[in-house]
Amino acid sequence: MATSVSTPIPQASPAIRPADFVTATLEWFGELGVFCVNVAKAMFSLPFEWSEFVHQVDAAGSKSLPLVALAGSATGVVLSLQSRASLVRFGAKGMLPTMLVFSIIKEMGPIITALVASGRIGAGIGAELGSMKVTEQIDAMEASAVNPYKYLAATRILACIVVLPLLTLAADACGILMGWVANTLTEPISLQYFINTGMNGVSFSDFLPPTIKTAIFGLIMGTVSCFQGMRTTGGTEGVGRSATSSVVLSSLFIILADVLLVRLILVFFPT
Amino acid sequence: MEPQPVVVKGLRKSFGEQQVLKGIDLSVNKGEILAVLGKSGTGKSVLLRLLIGLAKPDSGSICIRGQETVDLQMNQLNEMRLKVGFLFQEGALYDSMTIAENVAFPLRRHTKMSDAERSEKVRSLLNSVGLDKDLEKMPGSISGGMRKRVGLARALALDPEILLFDEPTAGLDPITAAEIGKLIQKQREERNVTSIVVTHDMHAAHHFSDRLVMLKEGQILLTGSFDDFQKSKDPFVAQFLSDAA
Repeated sequence: MATSVSTPIPQASPAIRPADFVTATLEWFGELGVFCVNVAKAMFSLPFEWSEFVHQVDAAGSKSLPLVALAGSATGVVLSLQSRASLVRFGAKGMLPTMLVFSIIKEMGPIITALVASGRIGAGIGAELGSMKVTEQIDAMEASAVNPYKYLAATRILACIVVLPLLTLAADACGILMGWVANTLTEPISLQYFINTGMNGVSFSDFLPPTIKTAIFGLIMGTVSCFQGMRTTGGTEGVGRSATSSVVLSSLFIILADVLLVRLILVFFPT
Repeated sequence: MEPQPVVVKGLRKSFGEQQVLKGIDLSVNKGEILAVLGKSGTGKSVLLRLLIGLAKPDSGSICIRGQETVDLQMNQLNEMRLKVGFLFQEGALYDSMTIAENVAFPLRRHTKMSDAERSEKVRSLLNSVGLDKDLEKMPGSISGGMRKRVGLARALALDPEILLFDEPTAGLDPITAAEIGKLIQKQREERNVTSIVVTHDMHAAHHFSDRLVMLKEGQILLTGSFDDFQKSKDPFVAQFLSDAA
């Protein structure tokens, strides 16, 4: 098993012919497929790397919480401030809590969390594994008869899958709370009334699928970041490229997946 | 009769258009220290990576302890790797772990030692390379020579029968390089370990190895003792010797 793969990251540059770009893109997806098969095999083979998994959950989760909470809070404040004027204009001011809660739990919370996490966790994974690759630490692990797909990639991907929904819950809570604070500064109402009004009409199918979809965002982010990190070449410059491409590609695939997942949620959980 | 620890036949490896190894035949005897010499880019490190299974050859055969390893399944390959220690050029220490954790890593993974037994073994391994006082230091805070010695302690953790060294003396001062050479010889004296040492340091190779192999353009140019190399009329070998002097 050789963890080194060498196809360059496809980049649409004027210097690259379209045919070369298509070939490089197809090769990238092919290598990603092989990587996924190796990780899937490693993930379902015993024994599971519990201690490394717990370490990665801590690294990805607790250290991202402040940033995600801040992003969620800012989203709540902005939504509250921006929507208030519009709703007042249409005489629907009383709908503000409901609109805020629905917006945050159905879309804003999950996507903001995923994008912020891909910047923090994705870049961290890409840089860490990239650095391990160029300094032969991954080769040393393999030479010590330890499967790096199992020890490094599977644990990080699973940690991302577990952590993203939890971070989304935190972002949702902060967004709703700070939305109430922003609203109260203009027109004081009690938090209990705000939440009761906002949650009125929120059902299981409004809350759970959008939160669960962030597990898929975590899968995408973890997989892309580990793949980019473990195929790093070119020394410290290559590590920088891997960190950047981890964030860019994770964010891109998360946004594309969101479109698809929202459609699927609407099909299976019609409102 | 016990099989030779390492036997390589007709080994070829290319990267794209570049043919790095063009049919290598090599065998190493039990307890022998073999130095593989050659200019940079002649495929010395690639040869080691092929031996440990970090890369696959295009063609040819690799037998480790009598077992053909080229087409082994992953679990069989990992079993073989437990008997082979590898010292990487820069040590390749895990930089998120302390020195002690680095050495303990293979023990934690592949043995059922208790914490106390593992700690004792780690201390003993680090003591054997002269680093038993630096257990809690991080790899980033120690010198290149120390990193190589920690890498050697980690490579020795599972009591391998074969040791592979990738440029163990590169970038080191002569005194530290000599210490590394002595550590390589010590493994042979104490445990009859077979070693393959890739180096371009002719002076060091002369001191710690039993036999030398010169690679040139992906092929073996000359194999023999240091005296055989001195007697060689080949201009490349002569130049290599004169430049090393």
